[in-house]
Amino acid sequence: MHIVDRRLNPGGKSLVNRQRFLRRARAYVQQAVRDSLKDRSIKDLDKEGQISIQRDVIHEPTLHRAAQGGSRERVFPGNHDYMEGDRIKRPDGGAGAGSKAGQGEGNDDFQFALSREEFLDLFLDDLELPDLAKRRLIGGAVDGIRRAGYSTVGNPSNLSVPRTMQKAMSRRLALRRPKGADLARIEEEIALIEARDPALPDDAVRLEALREERSTVIRRRNLIAYIDPVDLRYRRFETVPKPVAQAVMFCLMDVSGSMTEHMKDLAKRFFALLHLFLSRCYEHVEVVFIHHTDRAAEVDEQTFFYSTVTGGTLVSSALEKLIEVVQERFRPDDWNIYVAQASDGDTMQSDNGRVVSLMQQEILPFSQYFAYLEVGREEFADIETIGTTTGLWQAYAPVSEANRNFVMRKVHHRREIYPVFRELFQRKGVAERSS
Amino acid sequence: MTVELASAPLFTGSDWDFALINRIYETIEPIALQEMKLDIYPNQIEVISAEQMLDAYSSIGMPLFYKHWSFGKQFVTNEMMYRKGLRGLAYELVINSDPCINYLMQENSATMQTLVIAHAAFGHNHFFKNNYVFKQWTDAEGILDYLEFAKRYIAQCEERYGQLPVERVLDAAHALMNQGVHRYPRVRPRDLKAEAAREAERQAYRDRIYDDLWRTVPTGAKADAIPSDARRAALGLPQENILYFLEKSGPRLESWQREILRIVRLIAQYFYPQRQTKAMNEGAATYTHYRIMTTLHERGWLTDGAFMEFLSSHTNVVYQPTYDSGQFGGFNPYALGFGIMSDIERVCRAPTEEDREWFGDIAGSGDPMEVLKDIWANYRDESFVSQFLSPHLIRQWRLFKILDKQGESELRVDAIHDERGYRRIRRSLAREYEIGRQEPDIQVVDVDLAGDRKLIVEHSVLDGVQLEARDAAMVLQNLANLWGYEVLLKEVDSETRKELKSHSAQPNAVWLR
Repeated sequence: MHIVDRRLNPGGKSLVNRQRFLRRARAYVQQAVRDSLKDRSIKDLDKEGQISIQRDVIHEPTLHRAAQGGSRERVFPGNHDYMEGDRIKRPDGGAGAGSKAGQGEGNDDFQFALSREEFLDLFLDDLELPDLAKRRLIGGAVDGIRRAGYSTVGNPSNLSVPRTMQKAMSRRLALRRPKGADLARIEEEIALIEARDPALPDDAVRLEALREERSTVIRRRNLIAYIDPVDLRYRRFETVPKPVAQAVMFCLMDVSGSMTEHMKDLAKRFFALLHLFLSRCYEHVEVVFIHHTDRAAEVDEQTFFYSTVTGGTLVSSALEKLIEVVQERFRPDDWNIYVAQASDGDTMQSDNGRVVSLMQQEILPFSQYFAYLEVGREEFADIETIGTTTGLWQAYAPVSEANRNFVMRKVHHRREIYPVFRELFQRKGVAERSS
Repeated sequence: MTVELASAPLFTGSDWDFALINRIYETIEPIALQEMKLDIYPNQIEVISAEQMLDAYSSIGMPLFYKHWSFGKQFVTNEMMYRKGLRGLAYELVINSDPCINYLMQENSATMQTLVIAHAAFGHNHFFKNNYVFKQWTDAEGILDYLEFAKRYIAQCEERYGQLPVERVLDAAHALMNQGVHRYPRVRPRDLKAEAAREAERQAYRDRIYDDLWRTVPTGAKADAIPSDARRAALGLPQENILYFLEKSGPRLESWQREILRIVRLIAQYFYPQRQTKAMNEGAATYTHYRIMTTLHERGWLTDGAFMEFLSSHTNVVYQPTYDSGQFGGFNPYALGFGIMSDIERVCRAPTEEDREWFGDIAGSGDPMEVLKDIWANYRDESFVSQFLSPHLIRQWRLFKILDKQGESELRVDAIHDERGYRRIRRSLAREYEIGRQEPDIQVVDVDLAGDRKLIVEHSVLDGVQLEARDAAMVLQNLANLWGYEVLLKEVDSETRKELKSHSAQPNAVWLR
C-alpha cells in the first residue's frame, strides 16, 4: 500500500473546463452580469457574485423516457394503512411515479457563482482608458524604492548577515583556514604525550613535529580572518519611478426640482459603471460626490442619490466646488482626476459664460477625462433627438470639440447607459471592427 | 484463529497523520484479508484537499479527463452547492483501477479515515475485482492509460482542427453516450492499451497507402440497389449501440471524429457496470466497513467515542426515508444493499421457518461471509434484488407497490407486505433496477442507402412511456449532424408494433464542414 500526499499538487484542474463553460454561455452570462447592475450599490458592483442564466443554453440532452404518460409501477417504502386494491388520488404535479426532483422540464434557472475577476472580465470586456489618460498615467510618476541585490558598501543598518556569513565561509573554505577542532586535536595530543610517563622513545620527535604544526595552524588562523571586511555585503536599494496608481472620481449632479427620479437613476448607473471601470485600472480610487442646485455641496453617497434639495440651477457652483476640493485634497500631480457630470441640461443662460471658462481654464487642464451625461425624460427620447438642445448642451458643445478629454452624451433610457459607456471607452480596434 | 487484542486504541483524538493512516491500514488488512478473506487489487491511498475533491467530482471522479465545458458546468454547480453549505463532499472517492486509487479528504477525522479505508480500500476494491459485470466489461489495468491517451488525442484534435469542431463532436457524442454501450457481451473484453496502439497503427497504414492517383480512377456504373435484408446484415443492423454504428458506418465522418466517438463510447462502456451494480457495490462496501469497524471496536482498537462517531455517520448513510417523509427520492442504494446483505447474514446464522422455505440453499449455512462473497461475485442489482429481498425485509420496510395505469384516473395499490404481495413486490423492485427498463430501448434499424441515405432509428416503447420530446428533438439533431443526412426516429409500441409518434431531423449545414 502506498500513501501519496496530493494536497500540495497544483489545484485548479477544473479551471480550463470552467473557462470553457463560461465561454459557451458567454452571451447569456454577459447579459446576466450586466443585468445584475441594477441590484448593486455603486461601490460593491465589483464584488464576486451569484448569477443565474437560462438552462437552455447549457442543457445536455439525453434520450430518456418521459416522466408522464404510459403505465408504470413502482415500489415505495413506509406503508401505513394501504391495503391491496386501495385506490389513491393522483398526487398533484403530474401523473404517477412520484419523483419530482431530477427529471423536471428544466425551466428553472441555472445558478452559479462568478469570481470577481470573471465578473469584471465579462462586464468590462474590451474597454480601455482613452489613450490620453494612459500617457498621463505613465508620465506622471513618483519615486518608489525597491530592493536591488547586494553591494559591498553601505550603511551598517543594511548589513545582510546571512549573505556576509556565506561569503566568509566560502572564503575560509577556499583558503583552507584550519578549523578550531583541528587545533584542539593537536593540543590534546601534545597534552597526552607530555603527560606520558615514562616517555616512549620517539615522543620527543613527535612532540617537536606537533608543536610546529600547532604554530602553523595558529598562524594560519590569525592570518585568515574568520570574517574579513571583504566579506561584508549590504542590502542595496534603488529608487524607481512608480506610476501614479490612484485616481479620484468626482460625481457631479444637478439635484434641483427638474431632475426626476428616473434621471437620477440613469446618472447613478453611469457613475457606478465609471467607478467600476476606474477601480479596474487603478489600485486605489476615491469617490467624491458633489451635488448642486444654485449652491453646491460635497455629500455622501446616500444624500447624493436620495435627498432632494430645492433651488435654482447654477452649474458653475458645482464646478467651483470641484476646483476647491481638488486644491484642498487632490494634488493633480499625485492623482488621476476623472469627472462625471449628470444633469438634465437646465441652466441659467447667464451662467454659461462662467461655466465654459471654468471648464476650459481650470478643470480640463487637470482632469484626465470629463464626461458630461445629459439625462432626459424617457418619454421625450424621440422628440429631443430631433434637434432641441438644452442650454448646457449648447454651452458645452464647443468645449467638446476643442478638447479630446471632454465628452458629452445624451441618455434617455436605462438601456442606453451601458452602450453609451462602452462607446466612450471602447478599445479602438474593436470599435472599427464593429462599425 | 488467534485474535490479536489491542494494547491501546489506535488513536484517541480526531487528528491523524500519515503514520497513523499506515497503522490503521495495517490493523485492518489482516481482518479483511485473513478473516473475511477478501480479494483486492493493491491499494494506493491519496490524501487530497476539499478543492481537489471538487475537481475530481467534476470529471466523473477520474484523476484525469479530456477537457469539455460540461465538466466546467458540473464544477460550478458543485462549487456553489458546497460553498452555500447545501451539500457536503463525499468522504472518499475510489477508482476502479489496478492499483486501486482511494482518495481521502484531509478534512476527515481519524475515525472517518478508518471508515473510509475500510469502505473503499477493502469493500469497493473487493467488489471491483470480483464482480462478474466488472470482470466482463472493464479493464481496470488499462483505464488510466486510456484516459491519458484520450486526453492527449482530443487535445491534439483541438490543436489541429480547432476547439469548436471538436466541441461539437463531443457534445453530440455525449448526448448519445447512453446509447453508446454494448449491453450484451458479444465482443471480447477490450484491452485499452492495445486500443491506443491500434489507432496509431491505422493512421500509419492510411498514410502509407495514400495515393492521389486513386482520385483519377474512373468509377464504373452504379451497382444495383442491394436487397434490404442483405444491406441490413452488411451494416450489422439492427444495432443498439448508436455510437458504435456511427463510428463504423457514418458516411461523412472524418477519421478523427470517428476516433472521438470511439473514446466517448469506450468510456461509457467502462462506466456501464457501475450503473448496473450501484446498490450491490455500495451495499458490499457498507457491509465490509460495518464488519471491520465493529471488529476493531470489539478488539479495543477503537475507543467508544470513535465508535459512536462511526455509528452516527453509518446510520446517516443507510437512512431510508419513507415515501411520505418529504425527503423520499427513490431507494437509497446504501440502505437497500446493506439491508439485504445484513438480512442474508441473519438468514445464514439464525433462519426462521419462512427463511428456510424461501432461501433453502443458504438458510442456516452458518458462514455468511462465503455466501455474500459468492453473491458479490455473481449478481448485479436486478438479479440480486429478485433473489434475495426477503419477506422479512419487505415487512420491515413496509414496502408497497403502486400501479399507475394509462387512462385511469386513480392510482391503485397493487401489492403490500403480505403473503400475496411478497413476490410481486420483489419482482417489481427488481425490475426498477433492470437497465433495460430504466433506459429506453433504442436501435438503429435501417438506412436508405440507395436513396437519400436517411437513417431510421426506432424506440421500442414499453408500457406506453414515450421519450421526453424536447430532449429527444435535441439529441436527434445531434445524431443527424453526425450522420450527415436526415434521421428519422420512430416510437413503436413494443407489443402491437404500432407507430405512436415520429421525430425527424435534418443535419445542420455548417456543422461538419
